[in-house]
Amino acid sequence: MSAATGTSKTGHGDGAAKKKKGPGALATAYLVIYNVVMTAGWLVIAVGLVRAYLARGSYHGLYYSIEKPLKFFQTGALLEILHCAVGIVPSSVVLTGFQVMSRVFLTWAVTHSVREVQSEDSVLLFVSAWTVTEIIRYSFYTFSLLNHLPYLIKWARYTFFFALYPMGVSGELLTIYAALPFVQKTGLYSVTLPNKYNFSFDYHAFLILVMVSYIPLFPQLYFHMIRQRKKVLGHVEDYSKVE
Amino acid sequence: MKHYEVEILDAKTKDKLCFLDKVEPNATIGEIKSMFHKSHPQWYPARQSIRLDPKGKSLKDEDVLQHLPVGTTATFYFRDLGAQISWVTVFLTEYTGPLVLYLMFYFRVSFIYAPKYDFTTSKHWVVHLACMCHSFHFMKRLLETLFVHRFSHGTMPLRNIFKNCTYYWGFAAWMAYYVNHPLYTPPIYGEQQIRLALIIFLFCQIGNFSIHIALRNLRPPGSKTRKIPYPTKNPFTWIFLLVSCPNYTYELGAWFGFTLMTQCLPVAFFTLVGFIQMTVWAKGKHRSYLKEFRDYPPLRSPILPFIL
Repeated sequence: MSAATGTSKTGHGDGAAKKKKGPGALATAYLVIYNVVMTAGWLVIAVGLVRAYLARGSYHGLYYSIEKPLKFFQTGALLEILHCAVGIVPSSVVLTGFQVMSRVFLTWAVTHSVREVQSEDSVLLFVSAWTVTEIIRYSFYTFSLLNHLPYLIKWARYTFFFALYPMGVSGELLTIYAALPFVQKTGLYSVTLPNKYNFSFDYHAFLILVMVSYIPLFPQLYFHMIRQRKKVLGHVEDYSKVE
Repeated sequence: MKHYEVEILDAKTKDKLCFLDKVEPNATIGEIKSMFHKSHPQWYPARQSIRLDPKGKSLKDEDVLQHLPVGTTATFYFRDLGAQISWVTVFLTEYTGPLVLYLMFYFRVSFIYAPKYDFTTSKHWVVHLACMCHSFHFMKRLLETLFVHRFSHGTMPLRNIFKNCTYYWGFAAWMAYYVNHPLYTPPIYGEQQIRLALIIFLFCQIGNFSIHIALRNLRPPGSKTRKIPYPTKNPFTWIFLLVSCPNYTYELGAWFGFTLMTQCLPVAFFTLVGFIQMTVWAKGKHRSYLKEFRDYPPLRSPILPFIL
């Protein structure tokens, strides 16, 4: 579910709407730099994973080899919320916020916070899914901003998600599930009564709620991407010059 | 007297939905909606949006045909607003929930807290006071809905009732759970804090009510006129000098008082969320006032004097 869908309208749709309102020259330059840096960052993570696998000879515990760049670049994506809020990216602040926050939540509030899950294979599952998704997504944005989007990237963005989404969701759910017993045992991030703020929070219950929320949310996001795919790739013969 | 012909097209598909001939020049949009309803019974007037332009603003029910920029054959575009529900119904439902739910927590009905606490009462008198204040607040809202408010719009989209009730009922249950909890901790500064909180709460309840009465009196019964509100003889309305929507100002104050009284984080959170929403509404209302009235008093802020 955290595999970003993005609703950026650059790169498809009718030409008239695209020319009406776009970021200025300075904003475009900034965005190109931002997207290039993010593409590079996730490539670093991808390379890091491959090198660590080749060095160790096993899939186990690869998280530790890319922990820092993962945290850095995934957290950096918070800027995307700002981009929408300021208006240089034509996406919904709420949708983008939701997607980025769910990634950041998994990175920090689950994987970082519960050491015991860091060696789980489910972590590798979602990290790989995120890595491939983000490399494609950020290069898609980069090329779109430069008005030279290779069809291959557009195709990849709207096709790879078929596998990457379920992969990512599975990895995320399994990781949260693996974290549950440790959270319950240690009372991590939980507040109990009595206290002077008359407030309580059960992080264990919260995590279960998060897992349950995937049920209505994941299909919606998945089918949204499928619909986007039809719109974007379906009309490629008609709008081949509008990329 | 020359009659008009009216054709109504679907705003999206441009299909001809209805043709009315021999329409009086002084017919209102409201009357045209009734006529349209006859040929399309599933679209009662409240869910019709009639406009001059497919993407334009909705015309008002009071608009008169001959005063609109149309020829003797008028073309209007129709958009279905979806199932509608009356504002009164929504208000009554969304306010009754908190009233009932809070009381259920107050009386510690079964299955909320551990069984040994069922139907027990709190030993802290502030908890009883809080229950009285909360209940009073929502009873006041219900009575105002029935007897005080004069609504501009009759209806709103049906889905709003689910959204609104989730908000009010959800928050009420969340707050009530903690205030009435057997392990509730009373305010740190004790009696002083509670007394101050109660004074603020009551002051703002009276203030809020005064504003509602003042706003009601601006508008004759059954009308939808809009006028600039001004301070009246009632001192609680003098805040109109500084603020466009003092009803929200007082509402914020009342919940602030309740937060102070209960010293409960969920209550503080509810107050904060309400404040944000009311600020959005106040800014919108303030902007409409400025747009509609040239002579709107410049000293006024939307919700907080001089600040916001």
